[in-house]
Amino acid sequence: MSHSQALYSIAFYAVALLTLTSALLVVTLRNVVRAALALIACFFMVSWLYLLMNADLLWVAQLLIYAGAIPVLVVFAIMMTRRSMSDTSNSDTSNRAWALPVAAAVFVLLLAVLLPAPWKLTPWPDLAGTTGVIGEQLIRTFAVPFEVVSVLLLIGLIGAVILARHEETEAEERK
Amino acid sequence: MIGLPHFLVVSAGLFTIGIYGLLSKRNAISLLMSVELLFNASNVALAAFARFGYGSVEPLAGQAFALFVITIAAAEVAVAIAILLLIYRLRGTIWVDEIDLLRW
Repeated sequence: MSHSQALYSIAFYAVALLTLTSALLVVTLRNVVRAALALIACFFMVSWLYLLMNADLLWVAQLLIYAGAIPVLVVFAIMMTRRSMSDTSNSDTSNRAWALPVAAAVFVLLLAVLLPAPWKLTPWPDLAGTTGVIGEQLIRTFAVPFEVVSVLLLIGLIGAVILARHEETEAEERK
Repeated sequence: MIGLPHFLVVSAGLFTIGIYGLLSKRNAISLLMSVELLFNASNVALAAFARFGYGSVEPLAGQAFALFVITIAAAEVAVAIAILLLIYRLRGTIWVDEIDLLRW
């Protein structure tokens, strides 16, 4: 094992440990604001996981959208709702006794399917970066999904505005 | 040597934690955060397949899929939070066991 490989292993185990720890904090912390902060940490660590997989475009997208934009929305929603700062704001339902066995069963099932599967592994080519390859793919192979996703984003934007609009202020404006 | 199984185990762990949060939490925003964990788990798996199966039919298709997932997750969060705020305004709660209008 060469020197750089040892460094890579250490980096992987550190990032994986921090990712899973912060994800566990998201579902175990009692205060929903703290859970949201743990969620930001988890997304941040997942972005470094992408970098360890040579996915530089995904790394940037994860940092901008997941670690940047989505937590803003989530924290905003938390602040708009009542009881957000209390220590029971992230409490469990009566389903909790079921949740742990079901989640453990899902984990065992996933590992039983993923690990023995005969994946066709191929070596990584010496790319300067993945952005060029993905960019070309998006306008050739995935041109149709690319356009559909842009329409979906527009629909989501309009739908969110219409749903969140105040009915009363609208009625007042009509008078 | 770190290979595909290592990343798949991390992905499965994230997915499990997301499933647990989805099944056990009362706050609808916590459920939303758990769904985001599930998206991230699938993205890690997709990026791992792109990394370790580069020479397959379509190089880096896994990373392109992960980009689509990130985009759709952004739209999903915006719509879901608008719905949650609407429910909160109409019923005064976002605890999922109190939103039981259709329950018999």
